[in-house]
Amino acid sequence: MSEFEPKIIGFLCNWCSYAGADLAGVSRIQYPSNIRIVRVMCSGRIDPTIPLEVLMRGADGVLILGCHPGDCHYVEGNLYEERKVKMLTKLLALTGMEPERLRLEWVSASEGQRFARVVTEFTEQIKKLGPSPLSGKSPNQKISENLEAAKNAASNFRLRVMVGRERELTEKNNVYEEKLTQKEFDSLFGCIIEDEYVRHKIHLLTKTKPLPVKALAEAVEKKPADVLVQIVDMHRRNMITVDHVEGQTPFYKALEIQ
Amino acid sequence: MREDEEPRIGVFVCHCGVNISAVVNVPEVVEYAKTLPNVIHAEGNLYTCSSDGLSKIKEAIKKHKLNRVVVASCTPRTHEPLFRDACEEAELNKYLFHMANIREHCSWVHPKEPKKATEKAKETVRMAVAKAALLEPQEEPEIDIEPSALVIGGGVAGMTAALSLANQKFTVHLVEKGGELGGKLTELYKLYPNERYSSEILEEFVQAVRSNPNITVYTSSTVKRSEGFIGNFKVVVNHDGKEKDLDVGTIIVATGADVLKPNHMYRYGECKNILTQLELEQLMKEKKLGKPQNVVMIQCVGAREEKEGGRNYCSRICCAIAVKNALQIKELLPETEVSIIYRDMQTYGKDFEEYYKKARENFVQFIRYDAETPPEVFTRPDGKLGVRVHDILVNATLELDTDLVVLSTPLVQSDGAQDLSKILKVPLGADGFFLEAHVKLRPVDFATDGVFVCGTAHSPKTIAETIAQAYAAASRAGIPMAVKRVRTEAITAFVDESKCTGCGICTKLCPYNAIQKDERGVARVNDVLCKGCGVCAASCPEKAIGMRHFSDAQVLAEATAALGGS
Repeated sequence: MSEFEPKIIGFLCNWCSYAGADLAGVSRIQYPSNIRIVRVMCSGRIDPTIPLEVLMRGADGVLILGCHPGDCHYVEGNLYEERKVKMLTKLLALTGMEPERLRLEWVSASEGQRFARVVTEFTEQIKKLGPSPLSGKSPNQKISENLEAAKNAASNFRLRVMVGRERELTEKNNVYEEKLTQKEFDSLFGCIIEDEYVRHKIHLLTKTKPLPVKALAEAVEKKPADVLVQIVDMHRRNMITVDHVEGQTPFYKALEIQ
Repeated sequence: MREDEEPRIGVFVCHCGVNISAVVNVPEVVEYAKTLPNVIHAEGNLYTCSSDGLSKIKEAIKKHKLNRVVVASCTPRTHEPLFRDACEEAELNKYLFHMANIREHCSWVHPKEPKKATEKAKETVRMAVAKAALLEPQEEPEIDIEPSALVIGGGVAGMTAALSLANQKFTVHLVEKGGELGGKLTELYKLYPNERYSSEILEEFVQAVRSNPNITVYTSSTVKRSEGFIGNFKVVVNHDGKEKDLDVGTIIVATGADVLKPNHMYRYGECKNILTQLELEQLMKEKKLGKPQNVVMIQCVGAREEKEGGRNYCSRICCAIAVKNALQIKELLPETEVSIIYRDMQTYGKDFEEYYKKARENFVQFIRYDAETPPEVFTRPDGKLGVRVHDILVNATLELDTDLVVLSTPLVQSDGAQDLSKILKVPLGADGFFLEAHVKLRPVDFATDGVFVCGTAHSPKTIAETIAQAYAAASRAGIPMAVKRVRTEAITAFVDESKCTGCGICTKLCPYNAIQKDERGVARVNDVLCKGCGVCAASCPEKAIGMRHFSDAQVLAEATAALGGS
């Protein structure tokens, strides 16, 4: 069998990283040919659902490259992307997909050499990880579903608000002159990410057929009591309803998210 | 093109002489392109960017009724405008054009893997075609320009820019933080290399500015707020404690720089005989130098080293300043010994090397040290100062007696820059100086249209360089004001009002203040201010914000086209 040739999608910002990749070309610096480059205006343009979707479609790795902090053409777009990638890394860890398949790096317009090095290193890393569980002819169904739940969570209000406000919450005082430390925020956000992921997993599972708490608990690998807590919250948010009751056991069914 | 029309894509694959075709099998890529969905026509060109290649594109648009064009060649960063123009000449909206980079990102970087490079080129074309199919025509809005300018900073840079614009008959508002015009020029003694008194030059400048009817000077004034966009800025200036509104079309930032105070370096601040070059000039200017027998100057104090509050950059002007001040001392006090302890002498450029030679001929001593073994200032038993230095050219440690230690410190960004950066929404670089849009291609523009930079607010430079850059900024600012109308960015964000909940996250994230909530609490994008970064779209909790030319669907189509298919 021939050597595994990973498929890597690179999202490069127009002003720094894409120019850095151009410079690598002008300088004839060689690097592995596995990367496929998509140009965007700013790394901050990469919606958290985009890397998840690309991984779902079987990419072995996703590399997002932006300007170095302080050099962003759009002032701080790169720093906002950093927060999104941090959230995505936590989400991926929950899905069973290796978080190492997603990486954010800074490459400036003058760093052709660095661009080649980053691409080479990342390609090596993905080669070591092996093919994505979602690539090839028989993708891992469970991880695929998990990734879809993660994508739904990342398209939803709560996680996006937290990501969008992270810098404001940790770097500026609120109206009561209070500020969260990065540690406080991270631990809080970590819990929220897990909650939202589990909720969207439950939502996805109950979309096709109504399920009871016990079956859901097994599927999401949580205690039934914890699942019930999530269902109560989902009910409040109009994400789920009781479909029917068998004996004493309610079966839940997902509602369309408004 | 009408919206209900099916995409009809033409693909032009460039050989770029042998630049691409020596590695990538171009005919194979062309044949492959023909098999892709929506591709009506595909051809290879020796040079697609030649006039021949461009006419081929125009002919094909007419002949095959193409409504999308993909060129697979070099980087869009240099060639996209050219191909877009060709499309426009064939009456195709230029935003229906897309590029696949198979030179910089393919043939030039994979020369030893022609097979893999050809494969990559094919997939890159497939990605571009997938995005092209989803492209939509875009319009660049045109707006009127108010023919007046705000120049912030009344130093050499600001006065030069103001005079240049005023002489072109534009109205200029010149805002100066201090009580008088002149900036750093007011503190200097003589200027190199012709050794004219700073005060003479200053007087000429101030005279010209004050007597120019098109310039209004506001001293003791700072910029408080700014809103609006190119052609229509509304700036609020705090003038002597009162707020003054100014409507201007363009803004030039010429706020200058400060000299680094070398606190905690070389015992600065411990006694009055250790001072900076600027402080030495003030002594000479006020004729208070006295009669020191020995003077030692130390170069690169807090420059080209980041430790203890230093800056990693070279400040460019300190070597020539040290040479100048050494010569000045020699002229005033011929018997005085002057030594300059340096790491590298950078008296670059016109007349400066000769100036350095003149210092050597006048017996100024030059002693070279290494950053690893910096000199040391110490007090001798008799209470006088001494400098111990390891001279790397003779590999010996010397002890110099001295009456004055003069420290050459770099220019650093001035205090108000952080605030101004936020008010005008223009970036500062990692070194703290204002960051231009592109170091080579747009050296005096900010990424924000209509705002320009010049002088030492941008980076340390000489007065001659400052004046040259101020002329550049003034001429750049003059263009939109002379034309009176300007086209702005088409790649902008837009809000789906039915989805917007008015959470306000986008208004806070937008680096250009381009999104405001309207009276209904719904986010509204100002097309003229928006630069199209897409941070708002990628962060909107309701996914209510879309991006023109870089929609989620377009970005995803391009990315996932690399994954599907054979």
